[in-house]
Amino acid sequence: MSTTTQEVKQAEKEPLFGKKERRLITDPLNDNNPITVQVLGICSALAVTSLVYPSVVMAVAVVFVTAFSSLATSLLRNYIPKSVRMIVQLVIIATLVTVVELTLKYLNYPVYKQLSVYIGLIITNCIVMGRLEAFSMANKPWRSFLDGIGNGLGYGLILIAVGVVREVFGKGSLFAGSPLEMKIIGNTEAYWINTETSTMFGWYANNNLMVLPAAAMFVIGIIIWIQRSRNTKLVDVS
Amino acid sequence: MEALNIFLKAAFIENMVLAYFLGMCSYLAVSKSVKTAFGLGLAVIFVLGITMPINWLINEYLLSENGLFGTDLTFLRFILFIAVIASMVQLVEMVIEKASPSLYASLGIFLPLITVNCAILGGSLFMVSREYTFGNSVAFGLGGGFGWFLAIIAIAAIREKIRYSNIPPALRGLGMAFILTGLMGIAFMSLMGIDPAALASGAN
Repeated sequence: MSTTTQEVKQAEKEPLFGKKERRLITDPLNDNNPITVQVLGICSALAVTSLVYPSVVMAVAVVFVTAFSSLATSLLRNYIPKSVRMIVQLVIIATLVTVVELTLKYLNYPVYKQLSVYIGLIITNCIVMGRLEAFSMANKPWRSFLDGIGNGLGYGLILIAVGVVREVFGKGSLFAGSPLEMKIIGNTEAYWINTETSTMFGWYANNNLMVLPAAAMFVIGIIIWIQRSRNTKLVDVS
Repeated sequence: MEALNIFLKAAFIENMVLAYFLGMCSYLAVSKSVKTAFGLGLAVIFVLGITMPINWLINEYLLSENGLFGTDLTFLRFILFIAVIASMVQLVEMVIEKASPSLYASLGIFLPLITVNCAILGGSLFMVSREYTFGNSVAFGLGGGFGWFLAIIAIAAIREKIRYSNIPPALRGLGMAFILTGLMGIAFMSLMGIDPAALASGAN
């Protein structure tokens, strides 16, 4: 009798996709967001957020790299000597990033050109390394994989949010450069956009500030402001 | 003269942090006091100045088509570059530990993190995509490092002062640091009108 309950408990302890696993994915989206809370991985990708389409591509690439590097590191975690773990992790990440780079080069050359060095810079994106150190080195493969996906998504979410704000107000369009491209507001004469189509708010002149790199900083600052006003636990005490 | 031109451009006009967002993690995390920021800034100049020429040599003589192996090995670029950077950082760490234990203690975990400081790898990748010559890549490394150093010192000084200001609580710390960085970026953009080539040739 007692053995069966124990077995049931054992089985319940680690379901394939239980509450804990769900939290691994949802936590990084808001309360433990890599960019706005953990302050990791702001480095490489903000420069691509002036348009939405490259941001989406970048987000997908980062999710892929975080998920599979977490999985690989977690599988190898008992065989990696502590003194060389950084090099091992970097080699895993660099290999995955090379895969992403070559795939993107094959699939969509214009976007590959546009992202230029920033694809390579996923290697040094602190969020990948940070999650490997903090989570995968101490957890089982499946949960590490989910943690990787969650953090990649949390990162991509901010990236796309910043991209939407910057593109709509800076160029008046959405998804420019992709098959889905459309004009939202204003009388833009942006490079890709078909100026014949009519839009809402024809009086709106594009805000060139939003195209500047500095705008990404302002937008993230404001996102952090909103997030921390809603959740006062996150406020900096120092 | 072209090298000087590239140095000035990398340091001021195309500043690593303010124009390309490279090295933001340590930039935001270590900029709470000017003293630590100073140490980290120096370390970044040093590492960038060393790794850039080494990576240039590797790219030219090992990986390119007319290099040592005679085939196009550029797909190994990421792995080799990051390996060079990681070992250089290890070296700098050992030197600082011997030369200045107090600086070593205050830099703490951020010294090994220079390895994953995007400014270092980013510099090397920019060097490749812009096809710099050897001398120019040295100038670009030093200039980029100097620009990073300037930016982190400036934000650290501002953050030291702003601690006494009355900012909305939710914006305190990180949020404000982002907005300040944006403002600094705009300030640095005003240098864009300067033409380093004209200055270097004495045309002014």
